[in-house]
Amino acid sequence: MPRAFRRRDRGALLLTDVFLVLSAFLASAVETVEALTIVLAMGLTRGWRSTLAGAGAAALALAAIVAALGPALTVIPIASLRLVVGGLLLVFGLQWLRKAILRASGWRALRDEHAVFARERAEAANAPHVERAGLDWYSFTISFKGVLLEGLEVAFIVLTFGSTQGSIPLAALGAGAAVVLVVLAGILVREPLGRVPENTLAFAVGVMLTTFGTFWGAEGAGVNWPGGDAALLGVLAFVILISLGFVTTLRRRKLAVA
Amino acid sequence: MKRFAKFWWDFVVGDDWRVAAGIVLAFGLTALLATTSVPAWWVLPLAVATVLWLSLNRVARGR
Repeated sequence: MPRAFRRRDRGALLLTDVFLVLSAFLASAVETVEALTIVLAMGLTRGWRSTLAGAGAAALALAAIVAALGPALTVIPIASLRLVVGGLLLVFGLQWLRKAILRASGWRALRDEHAVFARERAEAANAPHVERAGLDWYSFTISFKGVLLEGLEVAFIVLTFGSTQGSIPLAALGAGAAVVLVVLAGILVREPLGRVPENTLAFAVGVMLTTFGTFWGAEGAGVNWPGGDAALLGVLAFVILISLGFVTTLRRRKLAVA
Repeated sequence: MKRFAKFWWDFVVGDDWRVAAGIVLAFGLTALLATTSVPAWWVLPLAVATVLWLSLNRVARGR
């Protein structure tokens, strides 16, 4: 193998690894901020024991899903994996991007963590106390469901993005780092992290998932990209440009109808 | 079972099924063109831009 090719290949690998960790980190940060709001509302309103038991059980379930499905995905041939997983990543990424564009252009309300927190606290205060297995069942199930549902999106990204790149542990590391960072911030401030620019992070995640879904999905379908791996940067630039263009156009239209 | 299937449908496909349908069609066209001498790399980026815009436009038009 020529040295120049190996160097380019290593460079492309490093670039995709950086994107992999960044995507998992940002997606995990967004979802952890949302899960934290629910856990904080339960813990501060109904007590921490059952709330943390629910959140911990959900975290274990998510780790088990990644640990069980991760090795299974690595035995699938890379071309089939890139076609199927690239397609899933693309459809999933377009969901993130679509929602982020609608929010950035004013066609959908931005998520307000403080409003969600207030609503969750009001519901938690009014819910009856039912004890099961020595736990306050309401706070256990709400925090379990909150963490599991928010975490499933991250687990999906870690598994799909990680397996196609051949680095599930690297993706899990990125996601785990965001969880630690957001939880530490939550412990410090003891209130929802309303100042985290969630939509900007979601926009970045949507762009990256769409880019990699397009690139890998096309390769899985038999495409040879002009310029090889370097085409990834072209796809990335294209996705960023059209997304920003859509935000600008839709924002103008929103202002015109307001 | 129905709720389980609906959960995964909502999870992967989301609010607008037409986006997923458009991408599936684009994958089919890409795979088809890849077996010929015609370049196929442009199909998916074009499909992404088109289905995304159509979906956003539907929301902006209230449909």
